[in-house]
Amino acid sequence: MDDLDRKIINQLQGGFPICDRPFKVVATLLEIKENELLQRIEKLLEEGILSRFGALYHAEKLGGGLTLAALSVPEQAFENITTIVNSFSEVAHNYKREHELNMWFVIATEKPDRIQEVISEIETQTDLKVYNVPKEAEYYIGLYLEV
Amino acid sequence: MKLDNLDRQIIQATQTGFPLNSKPYHVIAEQLNVTPQEIMLRFQRMLEMGIIRRIGAIPNHYKLGFTANGMSVWNVPDEVVDEYGKKIGELPFVSHCYRRPRHLPIWHFNLFAMVHGKTRKEVEEKIEQIALLLGENDLDHQILYSTKILKKTGLRLID
Repeated sequence: MDDLDRKIINQLQGGFPICDRPFKVVATLLEIKENELLQRIEKLLEEGILSRFGALYHAEKLGGGLTLAALSVPEQAFENITTIVNSFSEVAHNYKREHELNMWFVIATEKPDRIQEVISEIETQTDLKVYNVPKEAEYYIGLYLEV
Repeated sequence: MKLDNLDRQIIQATQTGFPLNSKPYHVIAEQLNVTPQEIMLRFQRMLEMGIIRRIGAIPNHYKLGFTANGMSVWNVPDEVVDEYGKKIGELPFVSHCYRRPRHLPIWHFNLFAMVHGKTRKEVEEKIEQIALLLGENDLDHQILYSTKILKKTGLRLID
């Protein structure tokens, strides 16, 4: 990654124009050629430095269900419980964290009602209580990583 | 305002990314058999409605060296949590900032702020800034570092 890559990443986190030739508009701001910008983005995607280039959609506004939930998993059962929780296709992310509540996962469903069903099924299969902490208010989402 | 069929087709076509082409909106338009003007109008509208949070690059923060990601959790009095939530959300190093329910006695935190940094020390300095901002309204806080990613798949929004 060189200076130009960094400039591109910083610039493209700020938004992307909606017009006939959006890459040309951004390239002009960066004082490079449109083609070079496209090639750079392609390379950054291939290298995994960018995980995606496009629109970031707001899951709940699309009508789906989304929540964060946690479990307190005994250390000796951790592997088994991980397998059970991860087996649900609705579990999108799952992290081990340092706390008494040591497993934190995001449940995303196409229909909001399905969230409670998934929670109940996880409770039945793991014999553990699921602590559901759905978002009650959102203050800001978005991250600008200066590189 | 509800999404119509074309909006859903646009989301489906672009949820994994935009075409890397000098005229990306034209490419999407061609795929969906509508005019580029219509596609651009839809994107503009979905942005205004908040269906799209933003358009642009989504960096992989691990690859950028932001490997210390602390989920900071705070116990803030209910009367002021919204006021401070907004202030904390505006800090440049905070991404997701949410109010969530408590589960007493095991869980008494009601405000979550994800803080990203290159080292734990950097994350801790940033957490300290949040603590200063909250002052006496910081009844308790903790940083829950992720010690292992157990699963990470992208959200499929529309199948």
